[in-house]
Amino acid sequence: MNSIPNTILEIRNLFKEYPGVKAVNGVSLKIERGLCFGLLGPNGAGKTTTIEMIEGITDPTSGEILYKGEPQGDRFKVECGIQFQHTALPEYLTVIETLKLFQGLYPKSAPLEGLIDTCNLGEFLSRDTQQLSGGQRQRLLLAIALVNEPEIVFLDEPTTGLDPQARRNFWELIRSIQARGTTIILSTHYMEEAAELCDEIAIMDRGEIIAQGSPEDLLHQHFSERFIRLPEHAVKGELKGISQPIHQSDGWIDITTTDVNSTITELLEQGVELSQLQVRQCNLEDLFLQLTGKELRA
Amino acid sequence: MKRFLTVLHARNIEFVRDRSALAWGIIFPLMLMLGFALIFDSGDQDLYKVGVISETGHPFLESRYIQFIPFNDQSAAITKVERHQIDLLINPEQQRYWINTTSPKGYVVEKILIASGGPTLQQALVTGKEIRYIDWLIPGVLGMNMMFSALFGIGFVIVRYRKNGVLKRLKGTPLSTTEFLLAQIVSRLFLIMAVSILVFIGCDLILDFAMFGSYWLLFLVLILGALSLISLGLLVAARLKSDEVASGVANAISIPMMLLSGVWFSLEGAPEWIATFAKLLPLTHVVDAARAIMLDGAGVMEISLQLTTLLLMTLLFLFIGVKLFRWD
Repeated sequence: MNSIPNTILEIRNLFKEYPGVKAVNGVSLKIERGLCFGLLGPNGAGKTTTIEMIEGITDPTSGEILYKGEPQGDRFKVECGIQFQHTALPEYLTVIETLKLFQGLYPKSAPLEGLIDTCNLGEFLSRDTQQLSGGQRQRLLLAIALVNEPEIVFLDEPTTGLDPQARRNFWELIRSIQARGTTIILSTHYMEEAAELCDEIAIMDRGEIIAQGSPEDLLHQHFSERFIRLPEHAVKGELKGISQPIHQSDGWIDITTTDVNSTITELLEQGVELSQLQVRQCNLEDLFLQLTGKELRA
Repeated sequence: MKRFLTVLHARNIEFVRDRSALAWGIIFPLMLMLGFALIFDSGDQDLYKVGVISETGHPFLESRYIQFIPFNDQSAAITKVERHQIDLLINPEQQRYWINTTSPKGYVVEKILIASGGPTLQQALVTGKEIRYIDWLIPGVLGMNMMFSALFGIGFVIVRYRKNGVLKRLKGTPLSTTEFLLAQIVSRLFLIMAVSILVFIGCDLILDFAMFGSYWLLFLVLILGALSLISLGLLVAARLKSDEVASGVANAISIPMMLLSGVWFSLEGAPEWIATFAKLLPLTHVVDAARAIMLDGAGVMEISLQLTTLLLMTLLFLFIGVKLFRWD
């Protein structure tokens, strides 16, 4: 992490209204250089609209966006890399021609060999872009986003629709970009992805940020508890003398506890069979459920 | 400049690979041209046409297999002789006849006239190359091809880019609206000029049409005409997101323009308001100027009005098109 934290991007009070819909409702953010920042939320939360306003693609209804302390302008366009959620590629061009097209649009550009290597495009360089697999396409889109050696990269749900293997590979790629000091802004509706990649996350719902911080801090802040889970048949008769809240459903008993040791001691004293006991930390899914009262992928 | 060249290059590759655009852009005009060649090359009827002024009789007028056409206006009739529309003009009252020194049919009809006996008439010679309908049609067809290529070529490409989100992605790069549009214009201009030259040469080989004026001036008219029509295409494509709508609008513009710009038939004698309306269409000025150069050998001064109009229309369309242009 940088010793002197410096803000690369600052967003103040951003609003976007479409007729009848407040897509983004007063979002403010500060993003530090070199971080991987995750924007997390269900479909329709306003992630894409927020990102596209920052990218300068969509005009905000009101609010301020400052890149390195100035309104984003020509400099921002030169220094940022963009991958849309549904980026179309020009028809009739091959992978290498597409890369050269985008390379030619920037004053400064990364050597293509390095980029092809990093994003693993070597095998299908002369293939028509309309004939790529999902993973190949995402890698090409990422390569395009990186073609100008950007200081800041926007990735809007980059792994949606990829199989688990392709997703893991993509994560590796993103880590290697981050290792070069590039600031990454990533939107996702996969909690796991945010936990895996992001230094800081903001959780969005209905156009607003409802929580922000590092994944660890957020969990720590909202949950000091652990979940202990037992199958019902492990308990003979009534479960008594447990000082923590108990929730029973679908053949499982869930105990929420702040002190795992004493809860387990209490269970032992009751003669409960512990061989199938599970202890689980709260994860971002639980956090989201607690914050919004709804399942993330619902 | 680098950004402009990059987009231009990509656009050219795309055009060559897009089979349907290639077919419409190049094969269609060539087919059209061959069609004309077949229709107009089938040979004229072997009938001699002689213009007659005045009621005074002459034994020649009794000849068979000659069509005699009465005229009142002598100078108009002489022009017809110059253009080979009639083979000979006779005025028995003035005891004169006119033939075209370059017309073989005029030569034959003159022999018949002399052999027919009767009072000796005085010979008057005119010269002038034959103007056929096809000669009149060629400038119109060149202009029409240009119009379709400009309106549909530019319109469809930009609307398709907008529809599939390529434009939105380009908006996120330093590429400016002007650079992008300029690349589209130049790419299409090259194509249109290449096809026009090809059609021109091809038609000339097959039909040997009339060309009395300067090739450079004709080239200038075609470039200005192409630019004005491409700019009109940009204007159509400035905002539209659906290619069906774009196609409808392009048809709604191009078909009336094809009919009213005098491509196929002259608008002389049409109602005043149609003639006025036709002046608003860029194609009218392209066809007028090209015809003046090719058929009458007009110089730059004689077509300066058309050149200025085309230039102003281009600037106007471009200005509005760039102002209205949206990336998404």
